[in-house]
Amino acid sequence: MKARIRTLIVSNAVAVAALTASASAAESPRAPLPPAYVEECGCCHVAFPGRMLDAASWRAVIAGLEQHFGVDASVDPKTLEPIRAYLASTARSRPTTTNGIPLLRITETRWFGHEHDEVPGRFWKEPGAVKQSDCAACHRSAAQGSYSERSLRLPEKGEAK
Amino acid sequence: MRSTILVAAALALGVAPARAERPADFKAAFAAEARREDPAFAGFSAVRGKLFFGATHGGDWSCASCHTNDPRAAGEHVVTGKRIEPLAPAANPERFTRPASVEKWFKRNCNDVLKQPCTAQQKGDVLAWLMTSGAGGAR
Repeated sequence: MKARIRTLIVSNAVAVAALTASASAAESPRAPLPPAYVEECGCCHVAFPGRMLDAASWRAVIAGLEQHFGVDASVDPKTLEPIRAYLASTARSRPTTTNGIPLLRITETRWFGHEHDEVPGRFWKEPGAVKQSDCAACHRSAAQGSYSERSLRLPEKGEAK
Repeated sequence: MRSTILVAAALALGVAPARAERPADFKAAFAAEARREDPAFAGFSAVRGKLFFGATHGGDWSCASCHTNDPRAAGEHVVTGKRIEPLAPAANPERFTRPASVEKWFKRNCNDVLKQPCTAQQKGDVLAWLMTSGAGGAR
C-alpha cells in the first residue's frame, strides 16, 4: 500500500511537471484578492481567483450564496459589493457554461479538466485523497491567488487529509 | 484629538463606541435578548450548550461535525476540509470579540445545522459552554 502510494505520487509528480510546462490557463494577469473576498469566501475554501469562472457563472454563484453547495454562505449586501466588483472585473472571458447553463463548480469546467488531465483519476479517489476543491493541497500559493508551477508540489504521503 | 472628541461625544450620547468586545459582553447581550424572547428565561447552561453543540437536530450535521466536540481543538470544514481555528476563547482569543463576525457565523451555521436561526437561549448556552472550556479541560 505504501509503495503503491509512493509510486502514484512519483508518477503524478512527473505528470504534473509535464502538464505545467504548457502555459497555464489559470495564469492570466492577476488582480489582488480583496480583503472582503478572502474573509467571506476564503474562510471555508481557497479564495478562488476570478479568472477561474466567467461572469455569468460568478453571478449565479453570488445569487445562490444562501444555499451554496449545501451551506449558508450568505454575505451582507454592503460587504458583498467589493466581492461582486472583483469577480466581475477579473472573470474569465471564455465561457464556463454547459448547454448555455453557467457552471458553478470550477472542477466541472473544461479548462480545469484540461489543466489536470494528466493527473490520474484515482489520485482524487484514493482513501484520504486530496479533494479537488482543495487547490492549496498541491498549489502551495493558492491562498495568495497564485497557481504558478514554482509553487506546485504534490502532498507527501500522510500530508493530505 | 478628533477621535477623542468623537468618543467623548458617543459616550455622552450613550452610544457605545466601536471596539473589540469580550465573550462576557456577548453573553450579557444574549441574556438580554433571551429575556425579551421568553420572560421565564432562567439563565444559560453550559451542559445544555454542550448537548446542543453535539446534536444533529434532525439534519445531517451538528456543530461538532466541523468544530469537533472539543472546542479547544481546531476543526475542519466537513465539505472542503479547510482548517477551522478553535472556538473556545481560552484556546483562540479572537473568538467572540467582533459582533459582526459573531452574528455572521451564528446566522450561517444555525441555518446549516438547524435550518433556522438559533434562539438567544441556544446561542447563550453554547457560549456558556465554550467559556467553561478553558485550558483546564472541556466540560
